[in-house]
Amino acid sequence: MKKYIDQGKKDTRSGYGAGMTVLGRTNPKVVALCADLVGSLKIQEFINENPERFFQVGIAEANMMGIAAGLTIGGYIPFTGTFANFSTGRVYDQIRQSIAYSGKNVKICASHAGITLGEDGATHQILEDIGLMKMLPGMTVINPCDFNQTKAATIAIAEHEGPVYLRFGRPAVANFTPADQNFEIGKALLLNEGTDVTIIATGHLVWQSLIAAENLESKGISAEVINIHTIKPLDEEAVIKSAQKTGAVITAEEHNYLGGLGESVARTLTTNYPVPQEFIATQDTFGESGTPDQLMEKYGLDNKAIEKAVLGVLKRKA
Amino acid sequence: MSELKELQDLVSQVRRDIVRMVHKVNSGHPGGSLGCTEFMVALYNEIMDLKEGFDMNGRDEDLFFLSNGHISPLFYSVLARRGYFPIEELQTFRLLNSRLQGHPATHEGLPGVRIASGSLGQGMSVAIGAALAKKLNNDEHLVYSLHGDGELQEGQNWEAIMYAAGNKVDNLIATIDHNGQQIDGATTDVLPMGDLKKKFEAFGWDTMEIKNGNNLEEIIQGLKAAKQRTGKGKPVCVIMDTVMGHGVDFMMYTHAWHGKAPNDEQLEIALSQNPETLGDY
Repeated sequence: MKKYIDQGKKDTRSGYGAGMTVLGRTNPKVVALCADLVGSLKIQEFINENPERFFQVGIAEANMMGIAAGLTIGGYIPFTGTFANFSTGRVYDQIRQSIAYSGKNVKICASHAGITLGEDGATHQILEDIGLMKMLPGMTVINPCDFNQTKAATIAIAEHEGPVYLRFGRPAVANFTPADQNFEIGKALLLNEGTDVTIIATGHLVWQSLIAAENLESKGISAEVINIHTIKPLDEEAVIKSAQKTGAVITAEEHNYLGGLGESVARTLTTNYPVPQEFIATQDTFGESGTPDQLMEKYGLDNKAIEKAVLGVLKRKA
Repeated sequence: MSELKELQDLVSQVRRDIVRMVHKVNSGHPGGSLGCTEFMVALYNEIMDLKEGFDMNGRDEDLFFLSNGHISPLFYSVLARRGYFPIEELQTFRLLNSRLQGHPATHEGLPGVRIASGSLGQGMSVAIGAALAKKLNNDEHLVYSLHGDGELQEGQNWEAIMYAAGNKVDNLIATIDHNGQQIDGATTDVLPMGDLKKKFEAFGWDTMEIKNGNNLEEIIQGLKAAKQRTGKGKPVCVIMDTVMGHGVDFMMYTHAWHGKAPNDEQLEIALSQNPETLGDY
């Protein structure tokens, strides 16, 4: 199989910061807002270089969403920054009315998504945000897999007219996609061709899926791996095409199985080409304190869990 | 500058529009709409510097944001009679496939509306964002907003009030419709908010009052004074005492008509108290 090389572990939130630095230099319409988490969002360089285009709103996320909506009136492209929990659940109605329903060109950029936020525990580990955001009409939902892809996605969404939810994480993880990649919103990436099963993964689970595919190969199982960085709009054609080829699907995400990528894929397959599917996701539960690796193992979100799910789904294949 | 008589005629006509709109669909919010009629007529026809036509970004003109979106009948009537869309379209208020949604929205592309409102407490943040954009654009025009007094019970307002003062958003005039009423009764009974003027001042705003918010001359004078106070390092708050339901005697001094439409007989009485001046839609 095609080998992906870890170029060195990096956090995806630093990819956001790096993307913002580029946008600061290339797009004078881009402005950044932050709710007292500049260090966590890694946007200090953008602020240093563009102090007049940065708005520190303090610990007041509802106000941040409204100000961002207002800044679009006058032609700006606001990027809001805080943890995923405070970017979505805390301000759902503000996003719904002032941004989504009003069709405002706001980029909601959310760090520390999912269980890998780690030791801070369940109060901060949102596992519902993909569902919340994908249910909003007109909202684009993106969850890139590594530093390079997060940087590319950050730069790409500035060119997209309309509200976007960009989700990324806290821990340093494998950085394996090309630094010079072209990020196309809504376009799935086929990372590994296979014939027995398709693993459709998003975010931190993409790297875990590649490891699982390698391990499966040594057991004589050929797994196709698709990186779905854009959950909405979903690349349905890529999902259906792969399911037709392999006849079995695993979805993998750092999110509750309710409302996440898995459900979007299931809906697509059910209405077009039904095949057995297993969900790598949290099972309608809150998280807890622990290291990212411990939590991914305990909640069944690592490559071993994927491998096991593949063996399970293969038994259900027609 | 419009003559006072012309504005007074417009006030009467707008009040007719409001009661006719809510009567037709037997729903909507006449009380707050009638109470703010002088304010919004004056704002759009005497105070704001507006360009011809409508574009969303509103560069090089004053902007207005309605935060208490339920007084949409007033907003729609004033916008239509200012030329943003055909006056006849008022007859589609709250009907299926209309651009005149129950609460204002941009979704159907109604000219004059720049943000959806209705879920309360969000408008001041949006107005601040638009005011910040004006500063970035070196656009010296002003941003106005209107908020219900009951609406100030929403916490987001106080985040916004804190932000605007702390960041010297001095091209913003936030007006409070101080009618002392909300759906469940008097604000002093539902949730007493104390002295709003002192609260805004304590947060660092330049705060002024208009004692008779249903007197056109006082409104115009007050808003002109408010304009003079912009650009001096502080956001400006205008607390405007109004009477909910003003202009229709049986709707005044009560919260009962906050969100209730008049029946046929009540409509006739309301219309008889507000003569047709510029032609009904």
